[in-house]
Amino acid sequence: MTGPGQHRADGPEQAHPDDERQTTAVIGSAGGRRPRRAGGRRKHGPGIEQVVPDAEFTSYYGRPIVKAAPWEHDIPAYLFSGGLAAGSALVAAGADLTGRPQLRRTSRLGALVALAFSGAALVHDLGKPSRFVNMLRVAKLTSPMSVGTWILTGYAPGAGLAGLAELLDLVPADRRRDGVLGSASRVLSWVDRPAGLWGALFGPPLAAYTAVLLSDTATPSWHESYRELPFVFVGSAAAASAGLGLIGAPVHETGPVRRLAVGGAVLELVAEHRMERSMGITAEPLHEGRAGRLMRAAKVLTAAGAVGAALSGRSRALGVLSGAALMAGSACTRFGVFEAGIESANDPKYTVVPQRERLAREGPRHFPE
Amino acid sequence: MIGGRNSLSGPVDPTANAGYGDEHPKRKGFFTDTSICIGCKACEVACKEWNDVPADHFDMTATSYDNSHSLNANQWRHVAFIEQPKRLGSQDPGLRPPEVTDLGMPSVRPTDTAGAVADGAGGTGVGAEGEKPDFRWLMSSDVCKHCTHAACLDVCPTGSLFRTEFGTVVVQDDICNGCGYCVPACPYGVIDRRKGPDGAKNVGIAQKCTLCYDRLGAGQTPACAQSCPTQSIQFGDVDELRERANARVAQLHEAGVMDARLYGNDPHDGVGGTGSIFLLLDEPEVYGFPPDPLVTTADLPHMFRRASAAAATLLVGAALAFVGRRP
Ligand code: SF4
Ligand code: SF4
Ligand code: SF4
Repeated sequence: MTGPGQHRADGPEQAHPDDERQTTAVIGSAGGRRPRRAGGRRKHGPGIEQVVPDAEFTSYYGRPIVKAAPWEHDIPAYLFSGGLAAGSALVAAGADLTGRPQLRRTSRLGALVALAFSGAALVHDLGKPSRFVNMLRVAKLTSPMSVGTWILTGYAPGAGLAGLAELLDLVPADRRRDGVLGSASRVLSWVDRPAGLWGALFGPPLAAYTAVLLSDTATPSWHESYRELPFVFVGSAAAASAGLGLIGAPVHETGPVRRLAVGGAVLELVAEHRMERSMGITAEPLHEGRAGRLMRAAKVLTAAGAVGAALSGRSRALGVLSGAALMAGSACTRFGVFEAGIESANDPKYTVVPQRERLAREGPRHFPE
Repeated sequence: MIGGRNSLSGPVDPTANAGYGDEHPKRKGFFTDTSICIGCKACEVACKEWNDVPADHFDMTATSYDNSHSLNANQWRHVAFIEQPKRLGSQDPGLRPPEVTDLGMPSVRPTDTAGAVADGAGGTGVGAEGEKPDFRWLMSSDVCKHCTHAACLDVCPTGSLFRTEFGTVVVQDDICNGCGYCVPACPYGVIDRRKGPDGAKNVGIAQKCTLCYDRLGAGQTPACAQSCPTQSIQFGDVDELRERANARVAQLHEAGVMDARLYGNDPHDGVGGTGSIFLLLDEPEVYGFPPDPLVTTADLPHMFRRASAAAATLLVGAALAFVGRRP
């Protein structure tokens, strides 16, 4: 039988026959039994000093402390489609107001498809549509999921009507002169601009709230990233929707989305970099395993997409390629952040070590009366 | 109620904070004194029976005598077993003269406390001083903490999780939509979405300890506390339990058990104090508890500001992209 689950963060489970270390532990002496902490210095041979992340920690036989979200891949897929819907509504409104019909059409249709996909993903996660309605009985400010549901509910009619107007526009003109299609297209031609602007108004909150959705949990790598994650996600949303515009619109209309692509990609990459630096040990899952591969792919795709977008002023083909790279990069970011969080919840290291570090630094918490 | 003083963090009466008037009963909770737990699992069984919680597996974890693994949707009480290469503080059956400290630890093996040799028990493996095994069991019956600031309740988008008049946190099965948001929100990993077994009620719905809401309503003691043969699980008013816990830890310190410590008793801590208080004999993480838990919604105002700034950045950025120079 093993001893109590003492582990090295960088090694396999180890039993600690060392009785002394255990007995030195008394209340409040949080650091007493951890002579070497994460990021501490340790001698490696004569004269060579290395910074080693040697976080020693204890757990109940290596079992998780917090529970991972019981969500499947429809949630990161929704993070992506929600961002795409949000950004596309903004691009569509801009294109509408500045007279770029192809870009408007692409973005409105993209927003409509992304919205439909988002709804499907959420309903699939819940199991049946009627369960979505349970969330519309309350509005709860402390629940990002409740707030997000209302943002999506506000966004849907605007983006939906604008998208429908665009869909109807695809029907040959002589087939929608009278009858049901005729009345529908007359009504929609009146409301499509206000509807599109209405949808665009909900775009920014729709793109940002999903970061809070993840961060407002005890999942270490999600919670610790709460300062920068909203910027990563809005950058990612901008890059993805600009990417879609690059794919669907001719070169003479893509000026704004080329700028948006570069701006979004730079924001995402810079915010992501800052985020990792501010997360301490909980940044680790973003570098390891599948999440690590996804995050690396995201960086390469986003950077390449941004460069391509900037240079695509003359080449439609380059624009399409760059747009695809940007969209793929955005998807990789969402899946990477999602998976890193799940990993961080399943390993007690990411719960115990940061909490011990904070205790050693600041002592027990004391919220005032 | 948001906006109230300390409504997201800090000391507060959770029942009043949830909007109950002055007439509500006193806050109820547990004091679980793990120093006298014998690991009999009576609490686990009583909870399953009373609350009709389905069994879903029965296998050893292979790391200790734990066969119920963790708190989850089908396990509302969980007894943790920890084997440590460490000498017991002291165990005494209370059969010797009164000058020997009695910690109330049920035991059949007389052991030495104050340097006196207890060698009357030849053959039990406990011989003269120095031959005592450097080995101890820690057992602890874990349960939902019924936090003052309950993250599960805060993030629930349907209002299924609610604060009862007893200050406890309960899921309403018929309102929960199975979104699972409460699961990653709980800083203790307590609540979970029921995965099975097939045919059990409430599959797909979040489930956890209700602090026997039905029994409380009838003025009864929760099933687990009622069944505990050593009174390791004590039920009562949280105010009174906090005092009892302080007295018990002082008693153990006096007896030389300096490892004894309380967990969750401080209303100033990261969750505003828990309704379930524990007395532990080692650091919290040894038992699978987070050492420094924080209700995630304590940071929510900050998260909200960051997200608003990010949303504004996106809006301005998109606008600039369109008003910028024409290509
Ligand atoms: S311990 Fe977890 S499940 Fe229980 S009240 Fe606190 S947050 Fe909710
Ligand atoms: S799973 Fe049920 S109890 Fe948990 S947050 Fe969702 S609706 Fe609320
Ligand atoms: S209070 Fe009731 S529901 Fe909670 S663990 Fe005890 S027996 Fe189970």
